[in-house]
This record gives sequence, C-alpha cells and structure tokens, in this order.
Amino acid sequence: MLSAGAQRKLKAAAGEIDVNTDIAIDARNVGKIYGAGASAVTALGDVSISIEKGEFFTLLGPSGCGKTTLLRCIAGFETPTSGSIHLSGTDITYDPPYQRPVNTVFQSYALFPHLTVAQNVGFGLKMRGASAADVAKAVDRVLALVKLEDFANRLPQQLSGGQQQRVALARALAPEPQVLLLDEPLSALDLKLRKEMQSELKRLQSETGITFVFVTHDQEEALTMSDRIGVMSAGALLQVGTPHDIYDRPVNRFVADFIGETNFLDATVEGNQVRIGTGDLLAVPLQGETGAVTLAIRPEQVSVTSAQTGISGKITEAIYMGTDTHYTITLKDGSPLVARIQSKSSGAFDVGDTVGIAIDAQAVQVLKS
Amino acid sequence: MAKPRVFDVTTLPGFTFIAILAFVLLYAPIITLVIYSFNGGDSVNQWGGFSLEWYAVAAKNEAVQDATARSLIIAVWASVISTTVATMAALGTTRRGKFTGQTMIYVIINQPLMVPEIVTAVALLIFFSSVKVATGYTGLGYLILAHSAFCIPFAYLPIKARLEGMDTAMETAAADLYATPWQTFRYVTLPLLLPGVIAGAMLAFIISLDNVIITEFVKSAGQDTLPTYMLGQLRRALTPEVNAISTALLALTVLILTVFVFVTKKRD
Repeated sequence: MLSAGAQRKLKAAAGEIDVNTDIAIDARNVGKIYGAGASAVTALGDVSISIEKGEFFTLLGPSGCGKTTLLRCIAGFETPTSGSIHLSGTDITYDPPYQRPVNTVFQSYALFPHLTVAQNVGFGLKMRGASAADVAKAVDRVLALVKLEDFANRLPQQLSGGQQQRVALARALAPEPQVLLLDEPLSALDLKLRKEMQSELKRLQSETGITFVFVTHDQEEALTMSDRIGVMSAGALLQVGTPHDIYDRPVNRFVADFIGETNFLDATVEGNQVRIGTGDLLAVPLQGETGAVTLAIRPEQVSVTSAQTGISGKITEAIYMGTDTHYTITLKDGSPLVARIQSKSSGAFDVGDTVGIAIDAQAVQVLKS
Repeated sequence: MAKPRVFDVTTLPGFTFIAILAFVLLYAPIITLVIYSFNGGDSVNQWGGFSLEWYAVAAKNEAVQDATARSLIIAVWASVISTTVATMAALGTTRRGKFTGQTMIYVIINQPLMVPEIVTAVALLIFFSSVKVATGYTGLGYLILAHSAFCIPFAYLPIKARLEGMDTAMETAAADLYATPWQTFRYVTLPLLLPGVIAGAMLAFIISLDNVIITEFVKSAGQDTLPTYMLGQLRRALTPEVNAISTALLALTVLILTVFVFVTKKRD
C-alpha cells in the first residue's frame, strides 16, 4: 500500500486534488494584528494557504516572520483578526482549541510535570472521555511507536531531552488528530539527536498518515523533511512549493538568500541575454524580463578553470570544507562570487590565483531587481 | 567555592554587633517566656524549680479547652474560606490579559494588610451588631467571617506567586489536548498550584489563630478564643499557666511555619 504522502503525490501529479476532500487546512486571507492604533503590530498580513491531507508541510522563515502565529491560529491559541481557517472543509476560525481535532508539539514540550509519561500521553483521550481501557491501549500503542515502552511510569523530569521530545510527540499523536502541528520541536536538541529525530518524524508521519505542519527557521531541516514548504517573511507567505521548487526556482531575492547559499549579481537584459557588471554576456533563461535584473547563482553552478577566457576573477578566499572547497572570487568589477568545487588533491587553486569562471547559465534564476 | 564579592555587608563595621543585638531583642523575651512555662513556683519571674505543673493546669482548665476548641474551629473555617476566595482571586488576576484597574484590584485584595486593624475591628463591631439585631443570630459565624476576611491577603500572596511562576504553556497544552477550561483547572492548574494553596492555607491558619484585636471586638459573650482568653487572664492574677499556653501556641506556629517553608521551597 502506498503511504499517504505517495498517494498525495500521485494525485497531485494527475491534477486530481479535490478542494473539499483532499485539503486538511485551508487558511483564507488570514491576518493577525496585535494591539491597536499607533502601536499595532501586524504579525500576519493576508496569508492564504492550502495544506493537503497526509502531507508534511513546513512553514519556514526567520524568527518573527509570523510562522508561529499562523500555527497558533490553526491550533486555536490565537484568533485571527481577519480571514478564516477551515479544517477538512469546516470553518474552525472561532472554535476553542479543545474542540479542534488538531494537536500541537510545543517548542518547550510543555509536558505535565505532575503526571507520568503514560498519563501525559493518555491525557488527550481521557479528556475526550475515552474509557480507561481504551486510553491504556492507545498509550501502549503510541509509546511503542516512539520506542518509549519502558518509560511509561517515569515522570517527565526523569527523562533526557530527546526522550521528553518523544513523549511530547506521543502525547500529541495519541488522540489521532487530523493535523499535527509542530512548533520548532527540534530546536532544543543537539545536532546528532536532531538528525535522528528528523528521520524519526518522517517515519512517524508516513506510518500514521497524519498531516504534519512543521514550523522551523532551519532551511536545511525544511529541505530534507518536507513534501512542501511555505517560505514566510514579515507576516507574508512568499512562496509555496516542493523543496526542489523552492531551491531551484526561488521567486525573489529573499527566498533565494534564505534557502541555501546564493550569489547575487546585478545585470541588465540585452536582447535574449543579460550583461553583468564585468561586461560579459550570459545566456540565462529569460521570461520577458527587461531592464535591470538580479541573477541568483548557486555556488555549485559556478565552476573554476585555469583557462582565463570569458569571465575571470581573482581568488580572494578559499575555505576547505572536506568534500567541497568554497572559493570566493572577486570579479573584475569588484563583485564577489562564491564557487563550490569538489576538493581534489591535485589541480587545487590558491588564494591570489587569477582564474576563469564558467556559470551554468541555464540554471541561473533571474529575479526582478 | 568562595566567590570574590565586590560588596559584602558582613565586612562593614558593627555588622556582628547589630546582628547579635537584633537576635537578642527578638528572642530573649520569648526564651524567658518559654523557660518560665516550666516554673515549679507560681510566679512568672521567680524561679521555683523545673516542673510541668502549669501545662497540666492549663490542660485541665475547662475555659482553656473551650477557647482552644473555638480557636481551632475558627482557624480551620477561616483558612478554608479565605484560601478558596484567594485562589479564585489569584486566578482572576493572573490568568487573563492586562486590564484597566488591575492595580486597584491588588490594593482592594490586600486592603486588610494596610488598613489599621483597629479600624476594621470597630467597623466590624458596628456592622455585626446591627446584623445581630436584625437576624437574632449570635453564633461563631461572625468571627469566622471576620477572620476569613483579614486572612485573604495572606492566602492570596503565596498562591499568586506560585501562579505567576507557573508556565502557562501547561494550560495551553491541556486546552490543545481537548481539556475544557474547567478540566484544565481540575487536572493541570490545580495540581500544579497545590503547594501554593497549602502554603496560603497554613499562613491563613496561623494568622487566624493568634488574632486578638478583631476577635476581641467581634466576639459575643462566652466566645473567647485562646488569645483573647489569655488577654483576659492577664488582667487578673498572672501565673505561669499563661506561659504554658503561650509556649504551646508558639510550638504549633513554629511547626506550621516549618512545613510552610518546606512546601514553598519544593516548588521547582
């Protein structure tokens, strides 16, 4: 059987997404303004987003971009100032959190310190009036899912950070919510544990088929885990797409800059080519742009040769990163360009070398200046 | 490991002298009182050998038994009522957004700490005497109500401190997990708040137990509490019986305060 995510991808490919049955969360023109008058702060300005059932959706952006506010509006901890939020076609904008079949994994975990792991995990079902036997059965099942069977009778403070994280996850999964909201749940973990939890989360998502809405400011985390990503900045949703879309075709300079490393070069459109600051022409894919544009060039799309034809520049910095070496090349007009080259024992370049540069022009993104 | 300090009051001249003087002033009279409660003679300032005689006299004294029972009944009721009201007040002032008149509410709740007790006492005397005339009821209810009222701020302060120290994410998480506001209070807020509630109740209990002024004004005939009984005794012959009762009261207070310290210290 196909996982929910794979089914979703097949449907999406066939253009068969049905708004009424395949959309889990539908936020329509959601705005949130704190305060009033001169001191009013716009946390969210007119955000519309559709999150499909069974997908792993990530809201990505720097702190203060409104991603957590949007998550809190979906959970019911905040009421939007304008717009509406629908869950599987039902308007839930003004429903209190305890009436929404949506659960949250909190950044601080927020485990109940006076309850055991099993009581924490069973809390949601107990509040919904499930029988003690059903609660116990569900707790056993979910604790097995997160591999914490042996810790059922411990108190949260007797567990390590990673274990507490998994209790928080189990607690939110136990009532089988339609949507699981995750508010930067991995930010308190160290790197190794974070990587472990990332694959753990992916596994849990495909095993349960629950829609995950994941909030993070870590672009790498977003790229590796998500089916789709929504990039946010200053209360606005800038771009929604698969990790590939976002990385290869960022809609603007902010997205290109935020996702991975990017070189930006100013250029002017001349016919079906662009002229960069050094005077060289590049045959980048144009879609009717005219005048001044910005080229977004990924470091891996730049290659360095010893032949000094075409664009050339001088290496001003070389950072050895193991598999790759990052060269910063200063072009003739003074603009810097970073190239990521596979490290080789021979034929390496040194700081001060004048080198030729080849840019994979077809992969360059042209952004409006 | 000793940390170097920029400012350490213990190095100031006279620190030790002032500290010792303060302790002597605080505790010398109390220690004398405790010592004379074991006096074999019948003077409160002339030693006549060690004896537990006056404890036995006090324990057998029906008026003392009566006053003790009354004191305990009033203190238990007053602490239950004032703690309940204080818990609601603390929730009402901490589990909501900022509101206009917030400072005013704090002042009103803590009013008994600031208004001179004698003023409250006179006010209650006048108020209750007209209620007594109107209703004909002369029972302990008046004393319990009066004690409950002035105990509220003492119960309120530790409960409010505990609530302010509690992470509201717990309550948010409970609401997220289908708990209605009442369930959230019952299963999350109250259990986490319990140490604060116990501390508040114990403080209220002690405050009620040794109140004199308001009790003296509000009580009807034959409604002596232990402190007002002792006050009455002082006007007559002074025997070490008063010392024995005082020492017993002191021991109870110290015991409760010790528990109070442990309960409040355990919080996170």
